[in-house]
Amino acid sequence: MTGGAEAVRGGIRFDGVSVAYGGNVVLDRLDLTVEPGEVMALLGPSGSGKTTALRAVAGFVRPAAGRVFIGDRDVTALPPHKRGIGMVVQQYALFPHLRVQDNVAFGLKAQKADKAGIPGRVAEALELVGMGDYARRYPRELSGGQQQRVAIARALAIRPGVLLLDEPLSALDAQLRSGMLTELARLHRELPDVSILYVTHDQVEALTLADRIAVMDKARLQDCGTPQELYRRPRTEFTASFVGNANLLPVTVAEPAGTVDFAGHALAVPTGSVAGGATATLCVRPHLVGLGDGPNALTGTISEVQWRGSTHRLYVDVDGHRVKADVRELRDTPVLGDRVTLHFAAHDAVLLPQGAGASHG
Amino acid sequence: MLVHSRTGKWATWAVFLLLFVPLFAVPLLVVLAASFATNWSGAFPSGPTLDHYDAATAGDSLQALTTSLVTAVTASLAALTIGTWAALAAASLGRRGKRFLDALFMLPVAVPSVVVGLAVLVAFSQPPVLLNGTRWIVILAHTVLVTAFAYTSVSAAAVRLDPMYAQAAASLGARPSYVLLRVRLPLLLPSLTAAAGLCFALSMGELSATMMLYPPDWTPLPVQIFAATDRGSLFTGAAVAVVLMAATLLVLFAVSRIRTRASYR
Ligand SMILES: Nc1ncnc2c1ncn2[C@@H]1O[C@H](COP(=O)(O)OP(=O)(O)O)[C@@H](O)[C@H]1O
Ligand SMILES: [Mg+2]
Repeated sequence: MTGGAEAVRGGIRFDGVSVAYGGNVVLDRLDLTVEPGEVMALLGPSGSGKTTALRAVAGFVRPAAGRVFIGDRDVTALPPHKRGIGMVVQQYALFPHLRVQDNVAFGLKAQKADKAGIPGRVAEALELVGMGDYARRYPRELSGGQQQRVAIARALAIRPGVLLLDEPLSALDAQLRSGMLTELARLHRELPDVSILYVTHDQVEALTLADRIAVMDKARLQDCGTPQELYRRPRTEFTASFVGNANLLPVTVAEPAGTVDFAGHALAVPTGSVAGGATATLCVRPHLVGLGDGPNALTGTISEVQWRGSTHRLYVDVDGHRVKADVRELRDTPVLGDRVTLHFAAHDAVLLPQGAGASHG
Repeated sequence: MLVHSRTGKWATWAVFLLLFVPLFAVPLLVVLAASFATNWSGAFPSGPTLDHYDAATAGDSLQALTTSLVTAVTASLAALTIGTWAALAAASLGRRGKRFLDALFMLPVAVPSVVVGLAVLVAFSQPPVLLNGTRWIVILAHTVLVTAFAYTSVSAAAVRLDPMYAQAAASLGARPSYVLLRVRLPLLLPSLTAAAGLCFALSMGELSATMMLYPPDWTPLPVQIFAATDRGSLFTGAAVAVVLMAATLLVLFAVSRIRTRASYR
C-alpha cells in the first residue's frame, strides 16, 4: 500500500487537462490551480464538463492530454485508490449493507489504519457533521440530508488533503440546502487545511461557499476569480449572464472613447482599454438599475413585471432591447405598457470587449 | 395485482386455481398420495402405509440422498464460483467481450443435456484426465450444466450494480480486491444466493446426463427413482421422489432465508 493513507497536503493543479469521449472533447485544456485550504467552485451549466474535471482529479477518467497534481504529486497515472482524496457524489453512494459507523470506517479499514484508533476517528468524523447519534443505523434508515452528512463524514474520516464535492446539495430540498450550505461553510472553517473542489450549477452555492469560482461552459474554463470579482467585474459575457443574470447591452464605443452608444442613447461609462469605434457589450446588474430620472437615463415601456417579495423585477423594452431592473417593492405596482425611465451609475457598469471569452488560469 | 373490483379479484383467483391446481398441484399431490399407498387400482389409493418411507430413508436410498446432496452442493458451489468470476469479468469487458462470454455460457443450456453428458463421457474416458468411473465425472457434468444459470443470474445483477459504489470505495483508498470482497460481492449477495438455489435445485433433479455417467458407487436420487419405477416399484419410487422434493425444498428455504437477510432497501 503506497500513498493514500498519509494525508497529502492540499492543493490541486490542472495542467492543460483535456478529456474526450470517443472523439467528443468534453474538457478542453483546463488550467486551474486550487490552493491548499481553498474552496474552489466549478460553476457552469449542465454538460459543461464540471463532473469530468472532478473525475479527472479522482482518477475515474484518464485525461487525453495534460497532467493532474494533488499537492506536489503528479497523480495523472495513479489509480484512484492511491490518490488520497475524499469524494462526495450527488447520490452519496453510501454502502447499503454497512451501518453508518462501518461506512465511515470503510476508508480507514481499507487503508489498514491502526485498528485501535479507528473507533475514535469514526466518532470524531460523525461528530463533525452532527451525526454522532446515528452510528448504528443503516443508510436506508436516514433522510437525504442525513445521508449527505454521513457521506461527508466518510470522506473526511481518511483525512484527505483535498475534498471533491459533486453537486452535493442537489438532491436536497431548498430549505435543507441552505442549511447544509451554512454547515459546509462551518466545516471548512474547522478544517482550514483541506482544499475543496466544489462542483455546482447553482450560482448561489458557489457565491456563498467559494473562495474562488471557476466558470465553465462548453468544456472550457471561461473565467476564474473571487465571487466579488466575477460578480462586480465579470470578464466575459458568459460569466456576466450566468453569475447574477446581468443586462448585456450591445454598444458601440464613441470616438474619442469616454461614452458609448446604445441604440442611439449616449451613455457615460468607463471605457477602459476598449478602443473608440469598437463594438462591445455593456454589463449592468439588474439591482443596480434604478427607476426614475438620473445619469444614463433610458426610457422604455414595461413588457413584464414579476413580483419577488421584497423587489419587483421589471422588464423594460428600450428601443427593441430588453432591460431588466430589480427595484424595491413598489407601492403602486407598475402596469404593462407604462412608460418608465431607468438609470444607472457609470461606475456600476462594466464594458466587455467584443469576443471576450478567452480562458484564464 | 392490478385488479381492484371484488368480482374481478375472484375471477382472477378462479382462473389461477383452475390453471395451477391441475397443472402443478395435482401431479405433486398424486406422488405424495402414492408414496403412502400399497394399492392404487380405483380412483383413489388404498392401504395407507409408511413402509415405502422406511425403504426410502434407509440403505441404498439414504446413500443416494447423500450422494445427491454432495453432488448438488459441490456442483453449485463450483458453478457459483466460476459463474460469478466470469460474470464479473464480463461486466468489466467491452460489449463484444461480454457478448462472447454470454454466448459461451449459453451453450450448455442450448445443447441437450444428453449431449453434454456424452461430451463429458467422451472427453474424460481416457488419459490424460481419466474421470470415468469416479464420482467426479458426475459432479463435473452437473457443474457444466448449471454454471450457465449461475452466470446468467449473476451477470444480470453485475450489470445493474451501480459503479458509483465501487468508485466511492476506491476513492476511500480501497484496492480493487478489497472493493470486490467488501463492496461488490456483498451487494451482489442476493443474486448470488438466488443463483445458488437455482443451481442446487437443477442439480438435485438432473437425470439425463447423470444416467450416462454415474459409477455404481455414486447413484444420485433421480437415478434411484428411475431404477425403482423401472422395476415396477412405483410407490417406492414415489416415496423416494417425496424425499427428493423435501430435501430440495428444505435447502431452498434455508437459502432464501439467507437471501432475505442479505437484501437491502
Ligand atoms: N461516460 C461518458 N461517455 C460519454 N460521454 C460522457 C460521459 N460522461 C460525460 N459525458 C459527456 O461529457 C459532457 C460533460 O459531462 P459532465 O462533465 O458530466 O458535465 P457537468 O458535470 O458539467 O454537467 C456531457 O456532454 C456528457 O454527455
Ligand atoms: Mg455533473
